[in-house]
Amino acid sequence: MSAGIDLENVCCDFGTFRAVDNANVSIRPGEFFSFLGPSGCGKTTILRMVSGFIEPTQGVIRIGGEDVRGKRPNQRPTALIFQNLALFPLMPIWENISFGLEVRGVDKATRRKKAEDLLQLVDLPGAADKMVSQLSGGQKQRVAIARALAVEPQVMLLDEPLSALDLKLRQHMRAELRAIQQRTGVTFIYITHDQGEALAMSDRVGVMSQGSIQQIADPREIYNNPVNGFVASFVGENNVFQGEVQHAAAGMASFTTPHGQFRARLGDLSGKIGKLYVRPEHTIITATPAAENSVPVTVSDISFEGSFIAVHATSDTGAHLTSELRNDGSATVPEKGVRVHMSFDPARAAILPDANVRG
Amino acid sequence: MIPSLPPEAWQALTLSLKVSLWATLASLPLGLLTAHALARWRFPGHGLLNGLVHLPLILPPVVTGYLLLLAFGRQGWIGAPLWDWFGVTFAFRWTGAALAAAVMSFPLMVRAIRLAIEAVDPRLEQAAATLGAPAPVVWLTVTLPLILPGIIAGAILAFAKAMGEFGATITFVANIPGQTQTLPTAIYSFLQIPDGESAAWGLALVSVAVAFLALALSEGLSRRVAARIAGR
Ligand SMILES: Nc1ncnc2c1ncn2[C@@H]1O[C@H](COP(=O)(O)OP(=O)(O)OP(=O)(O)O)[C@@H](O)[C@H]1O
Ligand SMILES: [Mg+2]
Repeated sequence: MSAGIDLENVCCDFGTFRAVDNANVSIRPGEFFSFLGPSGCGKTTILRMVSGFIEPTQGVIRIGGEDVRGKRPNQRPTALIFQNLALFPLMPIWENISFGLEVRGVDKATRRKKAEDLLQLVDLPGAADKMVSQLSGGQKQRVAIARALAVEPQVMLLDEPLSALDLKLRQHMRAELRAIQQRTGVTFIYITHDQGEALAMSDRVGVMSQGSIQQIADPREIYNNPVNGFVASFVGENNVFQGEVQHAAAGMASFTTPHGQFRARLGDLSGKIGKLYVRPEHTIITATPAAENSVPVTVSDISFEGSFIAVHATSDTGAHLTSELRNDGSATVPEKGVRVHMSFDPARAAILPDANVRG
Repeated sequence: MIPSLPPEAWQALTLSLKVSLWATLASLPLGLLTAHALARWRFPGHGLLNGLVHLPLILPPVVTGYLLLLAFGRQGWIGAPLWDWFGVTFAFRWTGAALAAAVMSFPLMVRAIRLAIEAVDPRLEQAAATLGAPAPVVWLTVTLPLILPGIIAGAILAFAKAMGEFGATITFVANIPGQTQTLPTAIYSFLQIPDGESAAWGLALVSVAVAFLALALSEGLSRRVAARIAGR
């Protein structure tokens, strides 16, 4: 069983400070949904509202269609996994996992069986009688997931659960978490400030800044068609050009910058000033100027990143630009100090407003 | 080495043990509640409560005893109705000695328990709540086991303090042999009379023994609890 979650015009104030501003999102049953945003943008506050530890100042939260206002955390069909996991230190693993069942009055034999089944599910068989302190970070992670799954929640809420793990383990657990979610079909709401994590695991991502949800879309859409400069810059890298929109037609516009006239897709500016964003991997480096969207630059540094080669360059106006060349022999890598031309396809560049924040 | 003790000395020792045990056990529930309130709840008067609890630690014990006498004496504003309505009095009774000891040792008990509660990660309790446990169940299954070492330490500290309480006791319930004469007040009395020194010395040795016993007990208990926390 899994339930959908709806946030309707949800706000959360702490005194005069608005931590979450008018959040509207409809998360589908069985979906893996991530909230992605920098530290302090209100992600945890959203989870705490869904799990019932704080009530929204305004707006409605529905779980499975039911308005949950006034319901205490233990009365909601949600299980929250904390960043520090919060495993009970005095209980052996199996008692940790079956804690929620004990609360529900399930007998010991059934609890033990269920705990062992869940340990199987999270790929940690044989750990039932160990104590929490005897487990590694990744193993504790699995126990926390098993403990939350034991109560058969309709929604799992995960607050940066992988942030304490080292890089390799984090990448492994990403796949693991995703697999567990697929196997159980439970709705996952996942919080992270790591864009790689959000993009790799989620069905959809909600990108947040300063309490406002900026964009809700699937990972590809977020990366390829960010709605504004905040999303474009927070998710992946960008070269940014300041300028002014000249002619706009059929979704494309020409854009006057100190580097000359560029052409790019025109985003929804709604009267605001826009900047032009183009990703480093969508630029090319040539010895002679390209037909359009071409900037003369001087190569200042080359860094080898494995799968790609980053070319750092400076324009005549002093702007720092980056180009990423695939390391498959298809591109000729320029020498440091050489003068070259950086250009990009108009369809791969977009003119976007800054973040959507209140005011 | 150990001088034989006169009967009054034995009386004082058993009375002190009784008084301290009662003082500790009776104040434990209130101590737990107060420690919990101070550690976890935000309410108006938080600072006032904290100050009130610590007052006996700061005031001269004689003043505390005098205040107890004013409040709980036969004519006191709590003591008078207690006597009139229930025929209960603390004045010049061993129960009064227990009350004085409880008040004097209360700050130590609350401090120890409060520290233990503050050391509990609230996320453990919240995790239990999201797993479906109502608040009382959370407290019993998650919080209590974690703060047990603190409760034990607080209780033993309070007991030791109660055993040694002098100023408030002698002011509130005087020093009546067999009724309110505790170990410290008995030592004091023996030192006042000629030839009382050997009895005083004997009681002093007994005090040291009791103190060591309490310490050993507390160490042993907290080591066992710590071993449990560390994983058996
Ligand atoms: N109880 C509270 N009282 C006052 N302000 C709070 C409270 N909880 C959170 N805030 C504020 O609300 C904002 C959002 O906090 P929140 O914990 O939701 O951020 P977050 O996105 O989870 O950040 P992080 O990635 O650092 O965990 C922050 O500015 C924080 O200071
Ligand atoms: Mg957070």
